[in-house]
Amino acid sequence: MPNTQHITPRHGDVLVLVGTMKGAFVFHSSERGEWQMGGPYFPGSAVYAIGYDGRAGRRRLWAGAHSMHWGALLHSSDDFGHNWTNPESATVKFPEGTGAALTQIWQVIPGRDFEPDVMYAGVEPAALFVSRDAGETWSLDENLWNHPQRERWVPGGGGLCLHTILPDPTEAKRIRIAVSTAGMYVTEDGGASWRPSNYGVRADFLPEKTPEFGQCVHKVAQSRTRPERMFLQNHWGLYRSDDRGEKWVDVANGVPSDFGFPISVHPEDPDTAWIVPLEADMFRCTPEGKLRVYRTRDAGASWSAMTNGLPQKDAYETVLRDALAVDSLAPAGVYFGTRSGKLFASNDEGESWTSLADGLPPIVAVKTAIVS
Amino acid sequence: MALTFVISGPLRELAGNRSEVRIDRSASSLSDALSLLWSECPAFRDRVVTELGELRPHLNIFVDGESIRFSDGFATKVRDNSEIVILPALSGG
Repeated sequence: MPNTQHITPRHGDVLVLVGTMKGAFVFHSSERGEWQMGGPYFPGSAVYAIGYDGRAGRRRLWAGAHSMHWGALLHSSDDFGHNWTNPESATVKFPEGTGAALTQIWQVIPGRDFEPDVMYAGVEPAALFVSRDAGETWSLDENLWNHPQRERWVPGGGGLCLHTILPDPTEAKRIRIAVSTAGMYVTEDGGASWRPSNYGVRADFLPEKTPEFGQCVHKVAQSRTRPERMFLQNHWGLYRSDDRGEKWVDVANGVPSDFGFPISVHPEDPDTAWIVPLEADMFRCTPEGKLRVYRTRDAGASWSAMTNGLPQKDAYETVLRDALAVDSLAPAGVYFGTRSGKLFASNDEGESWTSLADGLPPIVAVKTAIVS
Repeated sequence: MALTFVISGPLRELAGNRSEVRIDRSASSLSDALSLLWSECPAFRDRVVTELGELRPHLNIFVDGESIRFSDGFATKVRDNSEIVILPALSGG
């Protein structure tokens, strides 16, 4: 096994958490200029889910590591990766009677500040797990699991995965999730009931182009400061909502393609968001061999290519749905990773980019946090 | 009257760095033998079988040298002094 480098971040440092097909890495920096890397953690295992919980005095990393041989387990570390939990029994697992077995953990996120012991996990096969004791124990959201439309959900290229969880910043009982390929579902009663919520979102691969559900939503982002404002990168389609996702309007204005995976919104400005368009579903690479992040400053009315410091020749890269993230500082830092293992950072909202790493395993997740 | 489980990889760490787990009991089938193993080493269960009780697809179990994929699966007969080997399969990329 490889030697693992260890890091010791301090209060206020920026963390960039990187999940790859062959392990996890953690970068930290105090000024977003010099970065130190820790890892690899879980070498050989795919880490699609990685997160940080800095609530209630915790400094806890989370990682969902999937070993091809030994299955998927959720681990945590309270010392920035020096030691990880290795639970005797899987904490996220399907109960008897569901007839399901966990394939992959796709998402692990802390709940909102007003629910400091709540955590959420999204998994494949598509299901939502909730913890109310800071991740010690987890339970399946049975109401979403037993949703009558589930039998018509079908797996996308990444499997039937619940890949996006958006607990509403201000409405305590409202949570939006996204599943490929089922589309978005929303609960307004804390998970007691779920309804599809995809109005205006296309499904080009179905005879009915705007069905009630069945869209291949790739990623959804919600503004923290104006929660009505959301952005959506679809499997063909780039959308904005101004009513918490009830209706979506096309905002693919001036982008080379409206196909892509990730989308992130600014921590303060609800009109600013970032995407990385790909050429097409049949050629999931950056168009024209140019690695370009596109940014809107006007809620999608226009998008501009951010290229300073990114390769613009023979760069046929792919950035997956969870591999773009924004920190909460001013100006906002933007980070993304590619399937070819390149990790880029911008400390000026995308105006310029630097390379943090150039040879990681294929990157599937990038998350950020500020050390509490 | 004993069963010997030969283990590898991360299972060893979960068994106190042992490469073998010996259980002084008898079992008539692999399923029974594994139940004894889960009692001795509870952390093995979720790593060897899924929630549905199926062998993980990239693991192999051999009973006295024969892969259970080519015998009777978990119903494979186990004898006194059988050796049961749990090994990662060839896979990856």
